[in-house]
Amino acid sequence: MGRYLLRRLASAVVTLWLLATIVFLIVNVIPGDVGRRVLGPFALKEDVARFNHQIGTDRPLINQYFTSIRRLFTLDFGDSYQTQAAVSKIIFPALFRSGKLALLAFVITIPISIAAGIFAARRQDKVADRVVVNTGLATSSIPEFVTAAVLMSIFCVHWKLGHVFANPPAGTSVFGQLPYLITPALAMVIAYFGYIARMSRAGVIQGLQSDYARTASMKGLSGGQVMRRHILRNALAPTITVISVQVGYLFGGIIGVEKVFNYAGLGSTMLSAVVSKDVPVLQGAVLLVGIVYMVSTLLADVLIAFLNPRVRLERSR
Amino acid sequence: MSDSEKFVPKPEEIVSTPGADMLVSHTTLTTTTIPPTTQAEIELSGVVQVSERTQARRENWRLILRRPAFIIGVFIVLVWTVCAIFGDRITPHSPLDYRSIPHLSPRASFPFGTDEQGRDVLSRVMAGSRDVIKVAPMGALLGVFLGVIVGMVMGYFGGWLDNVLSRIVEAFLALPVLLVALLAVTTLGSSSGVVIGVVAALFTPVVARTVRAAVLAERDLDYVTSAKLRGESSAFVMFKEILPNVSGPIIVELTVRIGYAVFTVATLSFLGAGPQPPSPDWGAQVSEAFRVISAGIWWTTFFPAAAIASLVIAVNLIADSVQSVLEAS
Repeated sequence: MGRYLLRRLASAVVTLWLLATIVFLIVNVIPGDVGRRVLGPFALKEDVARFNHQIGTDRPLINQYFTSIRRLFTLDFGDSYQTQAAVSKIIFPALFRSGKLALLAFVITIPISIAAGIFAARRQDKVADRVVVNTGLATSSIPEFVTAAVLMSIFCVHWKLGHVFANPPAGTSVFGQLPYLITPALAMVIAYFGYIARMSRAGVIQGLQSDYARTASMKGLSGGQVMRRHILRNALAPTITVISVQVGYLFGGIIGVEKVFNYAGLGSTMLSAVVSKDVPVLQGAVLLVGIVYMVSTLLADVLIAFLNPRVRLERSR
Repeated sequence: MSDSEKFVPKPEEIVSTPGADMLVSHTTLTTTTIPPTTQAEIELSGVVQVSERTQARRENWRLILRRPAFIIGVFIVLVWTVCAIFGDRITPHSPLDYRSIPHLSPRASFPFGTDEQGRDVLSRVMAGSRDVIKVAPMGALLGVFLGVIVGMVMGYFGGWLDNVLSRIVEAFLALPVLLVALLAVTTLGSSSGVVIGVVAALFTPVVARTVRAAVLAERDLDYVTSAKLRGESSAFVMFKEILPNVSGPIIVELTVRIGYAVFTVATLSFLGAGPQPPSPDWGAQVSEAFRVISAGIWWTTFFPAAAIASLVIAVNLIADSVQSVLEAS
């Protein structure tokens, strides 16, 4: 187990380094004067030069590359071009706010979609199964911002159940924040329900047809016991993987949701960084999302190894 | 090639093989390095496979055309394609004509209402299909094309090259597609060419991974080994021998990728990286209009949003039908 973890960790570090390199390449693909781009065409030449020197864009590219790699491991992403504040002071609070929204979405999505997956698997190829599968397919393929806009007009405007602006006032209690966050979270629930339900359905169907499930029910276990003790344990491994991969997608889709609901999370931060061409903030945020994704897939792999001793033994060999 | 010449099959030997008379012209065209009987057998099985493949393809088409999901999907895509091709030549009003009263609710003269500048929402939705219909499939096609090449190389050659490329693919998969697209479009500009290139670049690693897995399953099969022994070049083995046998997963991947491309392009234009106003575009329309939802003006957001949803669902219906038919066969 220890060796497996170590190898998995090493490959995560390599992947992060490549990620940082890709981001660096994209950002620097256009040779250009960053100071001129930020300060505008009317700024004085000396000011532009001073600005470039201050942010380090007048140094050779290779030096800048090493700086950006070092920043990845120290989590210090430099200063924002726009506000001169430290990037980490901007993106970590934003990540925390997006995390709240994402957590609420996952807390609702995971039990509902796994239950729906089991429900559909037990009625394989019947009408109920078709309804679950096709609903999931349709809703998960619609962009999140579309769902968010439609939900907003129904929930917040027509039924007046939630707030149009998702930012709770400062000092609101955890439960007081719920009415603010619930509608944007629902938009994400609708987007992620389909994948997870499909995955758990497929896993359960495979389990139901297996020899071990037949043996278990022949030795007298009830349907529920077979499901809990035998089938789910095996069926959940691919589901956990899908959930961990969703974490990466989530931070793409959340940009649209946060824009619709005016929520001050990481998505909005990235979007405003895009508009104002604030490269350090954008770079920091993308890398942060990459780190979150790495950690979540790593956790998922550990969890799967923990659930299934076969995987654990096979991989440590 | 000198010692291989003694293996060149004599015509009568081939003709003597049952059912091989139709092969003679084909066999004489190929340079051979393999003993005659084996050669004839391979060519024979090759031809049988081809006819089986054509038959299977016809059967697949029949199965796909019988699925209502596929027909509905194709119908919706066709409707939007017609709108995209003819644009303002078939819209009831001009999509840019702002002379009506702003924010009229849906009624007979304006079935989808008017927007804040008094433009007909129906006309704008019809004309707004153009960008997505053009950009998304091209991005997906280019991405699948590049992905097939990279995946072929990874799966066929293996070794350190595969290791290095696998790492890079993994890093790309860790990137949130939308974010990188946004980052790239910000630095490179938001013309259709850039969006197509970015979508293609982001899809290439995903496709490459699928193709690699499919190629790995084929690489050690006898027909590949015999093609190599025949002295065929790597490119020939990869693209003439292996490619036809992994076309199933590639077609599935293409249909699925077109769905994701529509999703990505629509979201990018919602976030401001697409056609700029006043030119009509679904994502941009939603982006312009969603702030007035809270005032009860829902139609300016709802109809372009529903248009996006209908196209994405239609493409996914097609992809799902193709996938279930091809994976069952």
